[in-house]
Amino acid sequence: MIHFNHVEKRYAGGYEALSQLSFNIAAGEMVFLTGHSGAGKSTVLKLITLIERASAGQVMVNGQNLAAITRRRIPYMRRSIGMIFQNHKLLNDRTVFDNVALPLVIAGYSRDEIGRRVRAALDKVNLLDKERLYPVILSGGEQQRVGIARAVVNKPPLLLADEPTGNLDPELSREIMALFEQFNHYGVTVLIASHDLDLITRMPYRILTLKNGRLLADTQARGHERAIQ
Amino acid sequence: MKGLFNRVKRRSGATFSPTRPNRDARRGEVPAQAKAKAKARTGVRPKQDRGVTQRITAYLRQHLQVALASLGQLSRSPLATLMTASVIAIALALPAGLYVVLKNAQQLAAGWDGGAQISLFLSPEFTDGQALQLAAQVRALPGVESVQVITRAQALREFRQLSGFGAALDGLDENPLPALLVVRPALGQAPAEGSGGLTADLLARLKPLPGVQLAQVDMEWLARLAALLAVLQRGLLILAALLVLAALLIVGNTIRLAIQGRRDEIEIIKLIGATDNFIQRPFLYNGLWYGLFGGIIAWGLVSLSLGLLQGPVQQLALLYHSNFALGGLDGLSSLLLVSAGFMLGLGGSALAVKRHLAAIEPV
Repeated sequence: MIHFNHVEKRYAGGYEALSQLSFNIAAGEMVFLTGHSGAGKSTVLKLITLIERASAGQVMVNGQNLAAITRRRIPYMRRSIGMIFQNHKLLNDRTVFDNVALPLVIAGYSRDEIGRRVRAALDKVNLLDKERLYPVILSGGEQQRVGIARAVVNKPPLLLADEPTGNLDPELSREIMALFEQFNHYGVTVLIASHDLDLITRMPYRILTLKNGRLLADTQARGHERAIQ
Repeated sequence: MKGLFNRVKRRSGATFSPTRPNRDARRGEVPAQAKAKAKARTGVRPKQDRGVTQRITAYLRQHLQVALASLGQLSRSPLATLMTASVIAIALALPAGLYVVLKNAQQLAAGWDGGAQISLFLSPEFTDGQALQLAAQVRALPGVESVQVITRAQALREFRQLSGFGAALDGLDENPLPALLVVRPALGQAPAEGSGGLTADLLARLKPLPGVQLAQVDMEWLARLAALLAVLQRGLLILAALLVLAALLIVGNTIRLAIQGRRDEIEIIKLIGATDNFIQRPFLYNGLWYGLFGGIIAWGLVSLSLGLLQGPVQQLALLYHSNFALGGLDGLSSLLLVSAGFMLGLGGSALAVKRHLAAIEPV
């Protein structure tokens, strides 16, 4: 699903965010990406979502070489990725329903279809009774669940999360992680960037550890039957 | 301010009856489980399964939704909307109003042109017979309505009657007056703008005829008036161009502020996979509505002003024993005026959108 091959990312001024980074994430895997701040976690996510482009090397996502995707095609490529952010990035002047509906509206779904899918997604994150509320009056955990519902409403094959539990207490963090596990169980590939080692080392999933833009460790999933190359 | 991008409107009431959410929830289970299977088939996106007609309907529906949402958003700040629309209206109404006045003046001048006549003074050696012959020749020319021959004797008689110098004329042993042909140009065709018109054309053709000593248009000042009007018209064009440019910039600036006010929102929906067209659409519709309202207001302003002028102008015309009435905006001009506003709004926002949306990239 995600394939990094000797990827480099240098910024103007010579700062090297990633160097010779190579890893593979198979379809259906759930993987954590960790490391200190500045280690390159965010850069990896930005390269996958084409917010930035690699300086060298090859990034393949969902069978597509990202270098071959023109600026005009980027939006369509992003529609196949569900993105979840630390600060939720919700629109505060819209209801929960309208926030979750946004990806479907962008893709041009009919109103009936939108209603059905939004409620299905809100049901998954247990927020069906909050659809008419505005995000600001929800708790941090609830807002993050709205963000997750928005990310999955379009049924993307890949979910990316950037510090999804960054602002949450351990209890809520586990809830959010359980949600990701649930989607992964349905076959969605999940990549979560997190520095919450306490939380992620306790979960039986593969962990990619970055340091100074290099892959420091690739800890395979414990007790998982999935074969990983 | 409420959301700019099309919101998903739910039919009021029905959806939120107490029983519905439960039913929806139950129904919601089905696609959620189907999702797992869809994913197992290596993520074929449903969008690609949809037919062409469905995609066209979706496209049109999006446009309609955005157009209405944009209208709704503008109606929520009516004063600001009215102000921007008024700027366009004034920029259009000023040249349009002046244009109507100018058109009226030209029409009036054209009407007078019909009354113009050309006097051909023949050389004194010409006999009456030769004068009649020449008259027949002139009558045959295109653009000539009628030719009246005033022989030397007739001229003398008229002069004697009108001038009161009869006694002095008696003292002369010979008639000093030449024969005269009074030529009336054909009516019905408006003179070409900028030139002296048909009369001038005719004059140019009459001057070189043999025996014509002097050819004179009785109302040469009409040509000067026409020239003056042409100068005014050119000035009007320049004024209109400047005002249109100003309106374009003002619409552009309004849209620029709107874009900056929604910067975060634009960033987020770019991340979710919105195309540039999708992001631009609400802003373009904003501009379009501004322009359309501006055009309509401009039309109203011009019509109102002309209505106010109508009475006094008629009064004035009556004093000149004329039944001249101020012509207003006809259907075509009205349509042109409103569509000019439309284009102005759309153009102004398109300029701003092109420049400022590209600068917003998610980081």
